Amino acid sequence: MAIDSDVLVVGGGIAAITSAVAAAREGADVRLVSHKSSTLRQASGLIDALGYVPATEPATPLREGPPTAGRELDRDEWPDPEGPLSDPFEGIERLPDSHPYRIVGAEALREGLALFDDLVGDAYRGGHTDRNALVPTFGGSVKPTARYPAAAEAGLASDNRPTLIVGFRSLTEYDARAFAGRLEAAGVPFDVAGAEVEFVEAFRADTKVTRIAKALDHDEEIDGTPAREALAKAVAPHLHDAEDEAGGVERVDRVGFPAFLGDDRGNEVRAELADRLGADVFEIPMGPPSLPGLRLEDRLYDALADAGVRFETGNPVVGIDAAADGRVEAVGVDRKGRETPYAADAFVLATGGLVGKGLDSDRDGVREPVFDLHVDQPTDRYEWFVDDVFGDQPYARFGVRPDERCRPLDADGEVQYENVFAAGGVVGGADVAREKSASGVSLATGVTAGREAATEANE
Amino acid sequence: MTRDTQRGGDDGGRETTDEPGDTTDGSEGATDGSDETPHPEPGVPRVGRDEQPSIFVPDEGDSAGGDAAGLSDRAATDGGVESATGGSDSADLDPDAYDPVDVFPGGDLDLREGADSCYKCTSCDTSCPVAEVDEEFPGPKFQGPEQWRLKRKDDHDIDESITSCSNCMRCDSACPSSVPLSQMHNEARGQFVEEQMEKLSREYIRNRILSNYRFFASIASKVPRLANAAAKIPGAMTIGEKVLGIAGERDFPEFATQTFREWWRERGGAQVENPDKRVAYFHGCYSNYNTPEVGKAMVRVYEHFGYEVMVPPQKCSGTPMFANGMLKDARRHAETNVENLVEAIGEGADVIASCTSCSLSLRQEYPELFDIHGIEDVSEHTFEALEYLRIHEDLDDELAGTELADEQSFAYHAPCHARNQGLSRQAVETFRDVEGVEMEDVGDSCSGISGTYGWKEEKYEKSMEIGAEMFEHMEDAEGDVGMTECPTCAMQMEHGTGYEIKHPLQLLEDTVA
Repeated sequence: MAIDSDVLVVGGGIAAITSAVAAAREGADVRLVSHKSSTLRQASGLIDALGYVPATEPATPLREGPPTAGRELDRDEWPDPEGPLSDPFEGIERLPDSHPYRIVGAEALREGLALFDDLVGDAYRGGHTDRNALVPTFGGSVKPTARYPAAAEAGLASDNRPTLIVGFRSLTEYDARAFAGRLEAAGVPFDVAGAEVEFVEAFRADTKVTRIAKALDHDEEIDGTPAREALAKAVAPHLHDAEDEAGGVERVDRVGFPAFLGDDRGNEVRAELADRLGADVFEIPMGPPSLPGLRLEDRLYDALADAGVRFETGNPVVGIDAAADGRVEAVGVDRKGRETPYAADAFVLATGGLVGKGLDSDRDGVREPVFDLHVDQPTDRYEWFVDDVFGDQPYARFGVRPDERCRPLDADGEVQYENVFAAGGVVGGADVAREKSASGVSLATGVTAGREAATEANE
Repeated sequence: MTRDTQRGGDDGGRETTDEPGDTTDGSEGATDGSDETPHPEPGVPRVGRDEQPSIFVPDEGDSAGGDAAGLSDRAATDGGVESATGGSDSADLDPDAYDPVDVFPGGDLDLREGADSCYKCTSCDTSCPVAEVDEEFPGPKFQGPEQWRLKRKDDHDIDESITSCSNCMRCDSACPSSVPLSQMHNEARGQFVEEQMEKLSREYIRNRILSNYRFFASIASKVPRLANAAAKIPGAMTIGEKVLGIAGERDFPEFATQTFREWWRERGGAQVENPDKRVAYFHGCYSNYNTPEVGKAMVRVYEHFGYEVMVPPQKCSGTPMFANGMLKDARRHAETNVENLVEAIGEGADVIASCTSCSLSLRQEYPELFDIHGIEDVSEHTFEALEYLRIHEDLDDELAGTELADEQSFAYHAPCHARNQGLSRQAVETFRDVEGVEMEDVGDSCSGISGTYGWKEEKYEKSMEIGAEMFEHMEDAEGDVGMTECPTCAMQMEHGTGYEIKHPLQLLEDTVA
């Protein structure tokens, strides 16, 4: 006997969760199956909609002749990307026709963001406006983003209060002084200083940030002092490190930490530190392991349970189990060696792109492994990329091609299966890294695919 | 010591093999006596012999020759068969020696591909409950792919911290690249214990005792009242702590006055006969010796759905042995289990377990670590008990409209080993439409006991620190009865909150049977 549902969502990230909730809200009985813990825990926790519109054509045409790896272009020949955009919606019409935003429409992005706001509640900010916020990221750059964790709020770059960035010598991925320097170079409208303090030194050299977060959550004693107090004491001597333009000393109004200020009790930890320091406290989103990503994952899975969606994590969907009349009837789930059919009236594929393993590739081609959907790609491998690393890489846009209902199309542009919908990173056409649009694409396609799948299932 | 005597000793008197309820008796007799007798069922190996390289050997001859030909061929070349991969030098393979699956030349488990898949995203470290409370612990990424690479150099010892890994296997589910982390940890731990651990040390002896729980439980359960009373003698646990390093804060689990197998024999075995719906119950040690009510619930629920229940002879699943690097012990037990379970599978049964660590061990760790004929069959046919019903029966329909006479709220904790099998939500979802049942998921933290880990004196505090979040969430939850599928998680839940803990099968029994 198969496991039945109206809509089966394959995947576990933002797109999968969005589509599952969207379908459930249309009255469908929804089940979500994901193989591994979501790659959300590696993500920054920022929700980008559209930060830049990068150029897709070089200023001067490519060199004549057959396409080869020698498609060398001077990087200066690329026009600068347009942005940072203050309003993500106004940039959509300048994206290529094949971009998912152009296919599902700006309204889908708006609805996706609204659904996200609803799911995360007061844990996120930015929902009051269409405009992007500028959030410092741990590389020292400033990123335009549509929604940001409440923990990052006090750090917005549009704010002009003097700022201290705190770092820790043993936290090697994060150099506070260099960070502050890069922020200054980026032209932020505030005075900023970086300082390395001793706190993490109480732990072993390669302590995991989850360990530090737990110690702060529980306010564990570190050498006899509660962790939060110990951290505040370590930072306090640097509150006057910032220099104003005249070279004078200035007391900072806000202090930025790497994102490890607690997990379950982050608000409490931040509030206590702010109280002790007499300055606002914010977190700077970091690379993996990312606590903002983990917290978002927890939040979204709670929302999924609240929406009545059944879900399981731990077993992969390995292929189509039954198909007829252009429809998929069931997919096979590998439960530790035994394949079990999961039947549904409609399916949403939200397995992610190359990083999330929703797309599989080798030297011969790029494939979508679950439904074997068509992935648009040049047959000549040398046309998959250009030499300019930061240029318009064709492979960055690889993925399945959706119609306006998010149904994947085959090589001839026909709908491949009437009841299969795709959302998120597995959908091609967007260069999300250059555009800063990954979450927005997931939300817009997720809400569309989920709703359409529910409609299909209800018929 | 020969293998046979060792086995007899560990078996606690072989009380398992001659029970009337064992449906395997007949066929065992047919296969035990003669090497030449072909087994009546396809796919069932002969009993009592290790067939080291066989899963890598293509079926000899053609299918026309049938199993009889294949088996006698194998018998003729026992121990000398060339592996299909050309790697195993089977003549050198000592079945009793340390042996994670020997796949490639050189005799070592070749995990190169797994190590290469690691792109150091640190998702595993982020999900590790031990790293969260113990900054001395370098985390699964180091213990797995990094240490595996370091080990390629002959002069490199295994880092002692490998013994701090509790084998919760959360790293496996976290890894987006499917790096076989827990397999790497098990293998490294086995090697550490085998080559670097002082065999006369208190720690080794303690670990050996903890991981061979079944051996001691089988003795204690002969005199359950005495054993229970002895554990309550003031100072008994203090002696355990001082002499052996067993956490004195814990209460030794009570032994049932009647084991599950005794009950099964007394009731005359299966009450339902059904050649089309058969399950072989892997009860594991805990539901046999300590909580037979779980096993009884399983039997009653399955018989309610018309299943014929078989209870094959069995030993420990090996989980506590893997976690303590006692791979030789684990292998010995695995041989018996695979032998008997494959036989049941040959008779049309699927294997079900009520303990999620047992089912995970049979499904995943067995084929990862051992190369025993039929081990893949066992893996493919094993399910957790509630999972199996959810796949094969319309439980939703069955439970719709049912109600629990006395309203009850439960605080449910999903064991790490249930998560790994994709079962973390099954109890919550199964009972959500039953009138009178409130089931609250207490979150995704680890309980912290991780089998034998929390029983060790030096790990006790860490174990409680890991569990603190679960205790808090349980106390915040509506219910004051806990629920989980894992016996040691249940111990920890009880220890940390004082709640009574039930297994979902017991609730299912109250609801449908």
